Amino acid sequence: MRIGDAKQTYLADEAIWTSSTQKIWFALLLAALLAFPFMASSYLLYLGCLVGIAVISTTGLNILTGYTGLISLGQAGFMGVGAYTVAWLSLNTGLPFPVTLLLAGLVAAAVGVLVGLPSLRVKGLYLAIATLAASVFLHFIFAEWEPVTGGMEGLSLQPAHLFGLEFRSDFAMYFIIVPLAILALLAAKNLFRTRVGRAFIAIRDRDISAEILGIPLLKYKLMSFALSSFYAGVAGGLFAYFYRVVTPESFPLSMSIFYLAAVIVGGMGNLLGGILGAAFMTLVPEALKLLTAVMTPIWPNAPVFMSPMLEIIFGALIVGFLIFEPHGLAEIWRRIRRFFHLWPFRS
Amino acid sequence: MDWLFFGEISLAGLAMGGLYALIALGFVIIYKATRVINFAIGEIMMFAAYLFLAFAGGMEMSPWVAVPLAVLGGALLGGVIEKTMIRPMLGESPISVVMVTIGIASILVGLVELIWTADPQLLPSFLPRTPVFIGEMYLAPKIAYGFLIGMAMLILYLLYFRFSRGGVALRATASDQAAAYSMGINVRRVFNLAWVFGSLAASLAGILVAATGGLSPQFGIIGLSVLVVVIVGGLDSILGALVAGVFIGWLETVAGAYLGGEYRMPATFAVLAVILVFKPYGLFGTHEIERV
Repeated sequence: MRIGDAKQTYLADEAIWTSSTQKIWFALLLAALLAFPFMASSYLLYLGCLVGIAVISTTGLNILTGYTGLISLGQAGFMGVGAYTVAWLSLNTGLPFPVTLLLAGLVAAAVGVLVGLPSLRVKGLYLAIATLAASVFLHFIFAEWEPVTGGMEGLSLQPAHLFGLEFRSDFAMYFIIVPLAILALLAAKNLFRTRVGRAFIAIRDRDISAEILGIPLLKYKLMSFALSSFYAGVAGGLFAYFYRVVTPESFPLSMSIFYLAAVIVGGMGNLLGGILGAAFMTLVPEALKLLTAVMTPIWPNAPVFMSPMLEIIFGALIVGFLIFEPHGLAEIWRRIRRFFHLWPFRS
Repeated sequence: MDWLFFGEISLAGLAMGGLYALIALGFVIIYKATRVINFAIGEIMMFAAYLFLAFAGGMEMSPWVAVPLAVLGGALLGGVIEKTMIRPMLGESPISVVMVTIGIASILVGLVELIWTADPQLLPSFLPRTPVFIGEMYLAPKIAYGFLIGMAMLILYLLYFRFSRGGVALRATASDQAAAYSMGINVRRVFNLAWVFGSLAASLAGILVAATGGLSPQFGIIGLSVLVVVIVGGLDSILGALVAGVFIGWLETVAGAYLGGEYRMPATFAVLAVILVFKPYGLFGTHEIERV
């Protein structure tokens, strides 16, 4: 706690921004995010959009896995549901993007509730395997339900549009993705100041105690599934608008593992961790590509080794973080902050 | 309906199921002793199969030397993984441990691609090639002999666990860690032993499966089928692994032959979903009772 930051009311204690310093930093961050697309190269802009989508989906999975303690291997499947909903709606109805994205979230949430139904009967790893089964079925539906999903070829869709405006370039998409990501994070932050969010945390910490405290387990677990899949659906919808093509192979099982890894590397049950994890896991492959490009003149074989190295680094990050830094990047961030708070009294 | 075709497909499926049972046995040994769900088992199999490729193809050893060496290599890999990456996770939540095994799987895939490239490979054939007929039904010799070798290994394992000192220690640790420890069983060594033995079984099965179906870095996907087997049979039941292995292998092959390859996974996962809803601990698994 900072010096001179005494709170007089519970309301003040629960507030999202507790000090003016925080508000200033947040305003600076918003300004930076706003200025970013005007200064960044197209490649950086592309990365910014990718990170934004990953942040939304990771936050969703964090609600489910990090805060409610339900492990899910179906996140990519839920994103696929959202993406296909957006693609189908944009091809067949021409609705503007806020409506399609909302519907994508709702359809994904409905599927999420369906997948979450076994969660009262099975827990932990068995639940993970139930969600794995769900993702296998979803992949099968994406590939085989040709009249709606277009089969293996998938669907191509028109750019997102609103009031006659078209969001074709990465530059335009940035202004959809990043505000939505911020909205998603604020909503999640608020969620954990309410009864529902606290119920999730209670279930994670000890489900039996939570039930005795009067939290209906099935209802809240399904709610967590619904919320998490809603986030995934919106992220999937953005994914569809961003690449403007959706195929069954866009959402492989490895993508679910990617998001789980992002939650773990960032720090489970920590929203800041979700942001850091999503950004980190998205940027590591890009950094490796950059390194390969630098190395190629000296060592012509470098590109051959890139894809295997990526697999190894991905695995090593998961294993390394779990063994050496189980609280993830958020904990490292906290340590850095504390260093500056205590400096120069403690060195 | 063509009964001969159905018989041949079923036979091939049952033989494949025998190998699934062997892999599932490896999985169950690890789970019983250490309570770790090993998502990397498919990749350990793959690694052993690539080792065999290197020994038999690259160094031109006779299969009689190459197979045992590759299997031992796989077993050693299991032991090393346990010592270096699973042991530090002792006492952590099951979710974290599972994620570690997923990470290990990714590392192994990367290593294999780094050493042997990502291209699919064919193993040098080492099984007899005379066609096998059971009654009128033809069975591919690779599958038939693979099945026989797998079964021999399986019986050896069952005898080992029933009668040997190490097997008894393993079963004792599985049923009650604290009691086993106080009886002077070296529980840590048992953990390591379980990983070695589990990986050994999986490695042999990996070489046999790769001999029939070819080998590529995506080979580890077979781990998902094995996951279905162990959940259907019950995670901690050896009998369940055998029964469910044969059943799932049969179902997968029959669904693939009659409905098309894209139905293989959904068919087995449908069984998995039904089992999870009605018998969450599998057909033969121990029902876990939670004490508060």
